[in-house]
Amino acid sequence: MVTDAGTSSRPPRSYRRPDPEAMADLVARAQAGDDRAFEDLVTATHAETYTLARRLTGNDDDARDVVQEAYLRAYRSLGRFRGEARFTTWLYRITANCASTYVGRRRRHRHDELDDELVVVDASPELDPAARADASDLRDRLVAALDELPPKLRAVVVLRDVYDLPHEAIAAELGISESAAKVRLHRARRKLKDRVFPTRDEDDHPGGG
Amino acid sequence: MAVDCNELVDILAEAATDPAALDRSARRHVEGCLRCQADMVQHRRVLRALRSLRTEVLEPAPGLVTEVLTHIEEAGERHAIRSLLTGRRVAYIGGLAAATAAAAGAGAIVIASRSRARRLPLAG
Ligand SMILES: [Zn+2]
Repeated sequence: MVTDAGTSSRPPRSYRRPDPEAMADLVARAQAGDDRAFEDLVTATHAETYTLARRLTGNDDDARDVVQEAYLRAYRSLGRFRGEARFTTWLYRITANCASTYVGRRRRHRHDELDDELVVVDASPELDPAARADASDLRDRLVAALDELPPKLRAVVVLRDVYDLPHEAIAAELGISESAAKVRLHRARRKLKDRVFPTRDEDDHPGGG
Repeated sequence: MAVDCNELVDILAEAATDPAALDRSARRHVEGCLRCQADMVQHRRVLRALRSLRTEVLEPAPGLVTEVLTHIEEAGERHAIRSLLTGRRVAYIGGLAAATAAAAGAGAIVIASRSRARRLPLAG
């Protein structure tokens, strides 16, 4: 049985981010109408797109729907993609926009049972074992805390602090003002910190959800 | 007027990436307050952990590429995608049938009415 990161006895599978030049070539061919090149783009990027969608929606089921919608939009608007932006960044923005629409439209069901079966692939496994154990404990608590955040707060902190999108892009894709994005970011960080490092006071509360 | 820890909670969250968020009086408070200092340390650790999530790739259950291409096809986009899908889907449904037959045993009839079959016990 495959388990989530840290607890798995399996070593992380090696993962290579697609090479930018090969990607640019695929994008150019897909833009010229080569659907096989588009399929190759999907194949090369879908795991990363899924990862973002999973972080944004908090569950596997919604993440898959968001990924499908994001690639449909990408397919339709590929002609408007300009090479100055990285293709993956462009795709992340579309994914963020889809997730925002999607989460607003549909009540998420919490804790899909399949969430426990995600395989985590680490693209940069450079930590030593002791540091990795500490980091992995913190990481697991953080991921659990992220899933518990209200979707609107989660979206901003994932896009800003994990994916490093600028406030301006986040605001545009979520359909909110930059100042609202900042307020949400700070609130999200505070909630994450309080969950990852609960104080004795907060432990004493029964935590009614 | 003295600054209170509770007034600083959001500012400390902001200061994790932007030290300028602390004005002079806030800074003076934090310099003398162990609680706020501990909060700042925790914010930095959470931030570092958030950033390291960026290097993770979660591997979706099998079939997502096929779902994506099917979704594009169903949205009425170009026929070229359809021809790409034909070979792919045969292989996918073949694998699905084998997996579900193995899991469910004889007597069960599985109808894959949609291409997404995530809830079925796929091997892997
Ligand atoms: Zn204080």
